[in-house]
Amino acid sequence: MDALNTALGLVASGDAKLLSIVALSLSVSLSAVIVAALFALPLGALLAVGHFPGRRILTVIMNGFMGLPAVVVGLLGYLLLSRAGPLGPLGLLFTPPAMVFAQAVLVMPLLAALTRQTSEDAWREYEEQLHSLGATSLQATATLLWDVRHSLFTVLLAGFGRAVSEVGAVMIVGGNIDGVTRVMTTTIALETSKGDLPLALALGLILVTLVLAINALAYATREWAQRRLG
Amino acid sequence: MGTIFPLSLAGVSFIPGGTPVLREVTLAIAQSSRIVILGANGAGKSVLIRLMHGLIMPTTGSIRWAGTETRPGAQALVFQRPVMLRRSALANVAYGLKLAGIARAARQRRAAAALARVGLAHLAGRPARVLSGGEQQRVALARAWALEPAILFLDEPTASLDPNAAAEVERIISDIHGAGTSIVMSTHNLGQARRLADEIIFLHRGRITERTPATLFFKQPQSAEADAFLKGELP
Repeated sequence: MDALNTALGLVASGDAKLLSIVALSLSVSLSAVIVAALFALPLGALLAVGHFPGRRILTVIMNGFMGLPAVVVGLLGYLLLSRAGPLGPLGLLFTPPAMVFAQAVLVMPLLAALTRQTSEDAWREYEEQLHSLGATSLQATATLLWDVRHSLFTVLLAGFGRAVSEVGAVMIVGGNIDGVTRVMTTTIALETSKGDLPLALALGLILVTLVLAINALAYATREWAQRRLG
Repeated sequence: MGTIFPLSLAGVSFIPGGTPVLREVTLAIAQSSRIVILGANGAGKSVLIRLMHGLIMPTTGSIRWAGTETRPGAQALVFQRPVMLRRSALANVAYGLKLAGIARAARQRRAAAALARVGLAHLAGRPARVLSGGEQQRVALARAWALEPAILFLDEPTASLDPNAAAEVERIISDIHGAGTSIVMSTHNLGQARRLADEIIFLHRGRITERTPATLFFKQPQSAEADAFLKGELP
């Protein structure tokens, strides 16, 4: 109970260390989602609209990788980014960019799979009409993505929720270095094992609130778009 | 306008996955006619319309527009269920013009004029998908009409509408024809066929059993299948 009071005190007072950890978490995960989306959205739409060899295999792989264990992604990231790895010369290991890279890899299949699902449902409705009007594949894909933009926003929120709450990948490639690569989840893991419960609890509260807020925003967006645009 | 006619089908069959939907259809359609395709459910009406529109390819046989096999642009199809994009009614109409390569200024003007012709000028700014079913179908008609097609295909355009909305759609179809567009539509509604058709094409299990002037068809159908259909003996 004391720990909880201290935790609430930390949140209320806007503790500097706490804030810097939260800020790093948000910026890393937000960047990761943006980077992943650049690849995942076109890929998801292409899987929904296109007819090309390997489309089914790629879809199965995407769906399977949605539940990729974060620690495994961390391990792969470590192997790629470590001194001896193929990306070693970039010197990114144990830096925030490495964490962005790992989280982007982690959420990319999720974003692509959800984008494909969303686009495919819309495509089933639009396909004949767009072909009838003479749309090329490229025009049809662009129209489709624009028309499901509100659903895609909720897809991005889902990706952000997954990124900000994972611990395995950022722990391994970030190294959990105090003041440099320490984010909410890794701090919670570390402080709990050290027995410093107030900081862990304070971060836990913020994290849960954040995840709830993301889901509420996603829900509200869906409702609004449904009412406003049908 | 002269880039489509004659629209001719020669020995066209459509057999997806081994099940014949349309068999050995041969017909030619000339300019400025109003043709209604009648037939029971599953007779192949929708497939015939999609083939003529160039939306699907025949399994065998050939379709030629004005002697070529290139699908022409000066045509449009209105579906039973209107497909509205998530944007305003006006933007839905303008979208078709954009794909047709019309310059921006002209497309706003033409889209607004088309919406006015179907009586929806006052709803131009409303999101299309929250309009009623009848209003959505009128937006779809405006989208097709704005393209000034030489031929307009309609696949049971009033099947999901109430009688008032259906009557409005019939009026618009007559206006579109009056403005010089040939009409090819399918319907289940015999009264509608009587009101709109110059000619009837009757389909039975994927074959054309007759093609007859409408007045004669309703008095004295030339095929046993059509006769049975009019007497209500076919499903």
